Parts: sequence; C-alpha cells; structure tokens
Amino acid sequence: MNRIRIGAGAGFSGDRIEPAVELAERGGLDYLVFECLAERTIALAQLERLRDPEAGFDPLLTERFRAVLPACRAQGVTIITNMGAANPLGAARAVAHVARELGLAGLRIAAVRGDDVLAPVRAGDLSFTDREGRVSDLGGRIISANAYLGVEGMVEALAAGADVVITGRVGDPALFLAPMVHRFGWTRDDWARLGQGTVIGHLLECAGQVAGGYFADPGLKDVADLARLGFPYAEVDEAGDAVIGKVDGSGGQISERTCKEQLLYEVHDPAAYFQPDVVADFTGVTLRQAGQDRVAVSGGRGRPRPDTLKATVGYRDCFIGEGQISYAGPGALARAKLALEIVEARLKLIGIGASEIRFDIIGVDTVRRGAARGDGPEPAEARIRVAGRCETLRDAVRIGNEVESLWLNGPAGGGGASKSAREVIAAASVLVDRALATPEIAYEVA
Amino acid sequence: MKLRNLAHARAGDKGDTSNIAVFAYEAGDFAFLAEHLTAERVKAYFADIVGGEVTRYELPALGALNFVMTKALGGGVTRSLALDPHGKSLSSSLLDIDLPDPQGA
Repeated sequence: MNRIRIGAGAGFSGDRIEPAVELAERGGLDYLVFECLAERTIALAQLERLRDPEAGFDPLLTERFRAVLPACRAQGVTIITNMGAANPLGAARAVAHVARELGLAGLRIAAVRGDDVLAPVRAGDLSFTDREGRVSDLGGRIISANAYLGVEGMVEALAAGADVVITGRVGDPALFLAPMVHRFGWTRDDWARLGQGTVIGHLLECAGQVAGGYFADPGLKDVADLARLGFPYAEVDEAGDAVIGKVDGSGGQISERTCKEQLLYEVHDPAAYFQPDVVADFTGVTLRQAGQDRVAVSGGRGRPRPDTLKATVGYRDCFIGEGQISYAGPGALARAKLALEIVEARLKLIGIGASEIRFDIIGVDTVRRGAARGDGPEPAEARIRVAGRCETLRDAVRIGNEVESLWLNGPAGGGGASKSAREVIAAASVLVDRALATPEIAYEVA
Repeated sequence: MKLRNLAHARAGDKGDTSNIAVFAYEAGDFAFLAEHLTAERVKAYFADIVGGEVTRYELPALGALNFVMTKALGGGVTRSLALDPHGKSLSSSLLDIDLPDPQGA
C-alpha cells in the first residue's frame, strides 16, 4: 500500500532547532512540517511588517531553514510551514536567499496567501465568537484579521512541484493533512479520511508534545532523555491509518498515554473538532502500542466542513503593568501578605487608572486563587506579584514602580524586585464567509 | 484519595476557555472516575477562577473525561493578567482534587 512519512519539525515559534535536523537526516521522511504560528503571532508580525515591508514572517525562519535545508534536499524531503505569518512572500524570498547561500539553487518555494481578511472584516461588523462585542467596538485599534485556510492552496502548490510551501494562517492540522490529500488523492468530500487525517495532524502539530514532551511527572510518568527529545513523525497509508514514531535513539517516549494526552489537547467537543476542511470526530479513535515508541492510530471520522471560516482578529487591547518582590525565612508569608496590602493601598492613594488589578503570592495562590489560600504549610519563601490592566503605559509603569518601592518602604527583607510594563496585542475570533479568503499562490525559485 | 493516584491530565487553551482532559491510568478505574469526577465537582474545585460553565465530555474508549471550562482564563490567553495565562498548570492542580476512597481500597 502507498505510504508517506510526515515529520513535525517544530510545535511553536521558539521550539528547538536540532530535532528537525535529526528527523530530516534519519527519519525517512517525505514531508517535514513546522507549525510556528500562535493565536496572536500574526498581529505582532503585521506590526513588524508595517515597520518594514520585507519583515513580518517568523523571526527564526532563516535559522531553521539554514539548519534543515541541506538534509531535506539530500533526502528529498518537502517542507511545509506557516512561518510566513503576515508575509509569506517575504518569507519565500528569505528562504530562496538561504538556499542560494547553501548552494541549493533551483529550490522551488511556494508562498500561499489569501488568509488576510482585514479589509472585509473592517468593513463588515461581525460579532465575536469568544468575547463580548463586535468588530466595530475596536475602532482604530484593529491590526489584523486572518482566516484559517484549509489544504486547498497547499495541495495546489505541492501538485505544482514545490519543494517548500510557506503559508500564513491555515488550520494547524491542515499543514499535515495537505500532503495526505495531495499524495493519496483524497477527494475534498471524503469526510471520513479528512477526519482521520485531521486526527493525525492534530497529534503531530505540537511536535514534541506527543513524543514525551510536556508529559513527565517523576515517579508516575517517567520519560527518558528529555534534553534530546525526538520529534515525531506519522507514517500514513492511503486509507488514512497511521503509526506515530520517532527516530531510534532519540529521547522521549511515544506511548498510548502520550498520544491520548495530545489527542484531546485544546479540544472541546471531541465529536466536533472544527477545521476548515472537515468537522473531525475523535470519539472513535483507537490508539494501540505497535512496538517501542510506535503507536498505531485509526478510527478518526468526519462530517462535512463548516460553511464559514474562523478568523482571528488582532487588536491593541490595553497596557499591563507588573511588579514582583520576594520574601524568605520564618514569617515570609505574613510579610508577603503585608506587602500586597501596602501596594493595594498605595495604588488607591496615588490613583492608578486600572480596570483590573490582580494580587498574587507565587508559590501559594496564583493558579487556584482564593481556594488555595487555606491553612497550608508555611512556605520557605514567597514572592508577591501585582499585575494591572491600564489604558495608558504611564499607569502601567506606576504599578511596577509601587512594587519596586517596597525595597525601602515595605516589610523587612524584600528582595529581587522586578517590574515590567507592556502593550497587550490581543486576539479575538469571528466567523467569515469562505468567499472572502481564497488562496493565492506565488512561486519563488532560488 | 487524590485524583493523581488514578489519572493523568493535560490542559489546553482556546481564548477564554480552558479544557482539561483526564485519563485513567487503568481502564478499570474509568467507571469510578466517571461517577465521581463530575462537572459539578470540578467547577466547585475551580470556583475562584471559572466564571462560566463546566461541561464534561466522556470518551470511554480512551478512558478519558474532557472538562471544558468557559470564562476560565482571565478574559483570554492573550490579555489575561495571570502568571500562567494559558492555564497550563490547571491540569496538575486538578490532580490534587479529593475523591472518595474506592471500595476495597
């Protein structure tokens, strides 16, 4: 039976570089996928592009391609990535430049665009699906709007013989589904296979997270050699059945447990996982250990794709100011609580314009908040943190200053004060008409 | 009996919604978890952070329960004031929840 092997070379923008090189050299891959685009990243990239028209793609793109291109060319591995962010064409030119530097002239790079729906989203007035309000509420603060595209543009680029396919926003699993659709000729209404392919893509999209990363809990779930964690690949057959594996000798672990945790990661209703190409159904998925660090995956299903596409709107939201300082030794918790009371009183005295302020004791209550503030054992040390949401940078700066001034004006023994103030670029979602986001492909040859 | 003795978990985020998937180590413990680790119990455990609803999805074939908690991430990952805006640590925190001792234990 016809089979392809698809590797995951990165699960986020800042991910490790060398596991992808190991996969390209020794993974027997046909495709290597880098998923590097978080929810708000494209808005930040759009701001970069406004400053410099050639910028706006992933900051590590050049370094990653310099590391993996030689092995990918030598082994005939096609690269697919969303590192194009707000500027896939600029990214394609940068990759062509790297290829020429490496003596890999002739490399064919496709840039898939069409996800930018800023103009129609600005012109319309859609309601947000994940927060209160409508797009018009943002006024001039809107920065970007990008629809999650499906496999269509990527499949076309692969059919045209691209060695590298660079996209902006596409559904993360679609990066992996595209080569399956291309190589196996799955029809665009073969919901069962598109659903199973989405399951495979979802398992791989966070790279190391299915291979023992983000899993270890010493004594209960031990994982060997996380410093040399091997990134995963899927060996997929034309029916859609797959085995998840990694390079022999690499660190980590691929087990039914690691696959289960990743299968439901960021999933809400497992019977309805919405993607641009299909609504995938995870409820029939079976995972079976098929050898050391090999897990067989089957049983994913699907239903017809949704009528609309999800789009992420990036906007200037507010400023967050923050300060921290530590206390240690006997009475540390009492001094930390006193410090928070002092800062709270000071912020009232000086009249900070904050819509929301949060008072934490790190190591005690940052996760469960009040419910964790019971009669637990006295901690050996406690670090307070005050964070506030402000309309101006000036107010945000003053929050950190009030924490820092505990050095000389607060409880005994405060140490290690730190502060920060930053503008928040936030993301919210809308649903847009499919007709607004049609893929367009441009080619660059090294 | 702590949940951590019976199960492992992973949290994920989308906007202001957190999901925590909980997996029985042993398939035989799934029925016990399904009976006692209810959406109400999880909502009460996270009462100070979850402003919305807790919905539970069951996947018996995987020995899994998936808890979806709305208004749980401080207004959304990209704007939250929390030290852990993604709520990634909620999964480990949930493993500290107390369950009744299983019969015969």
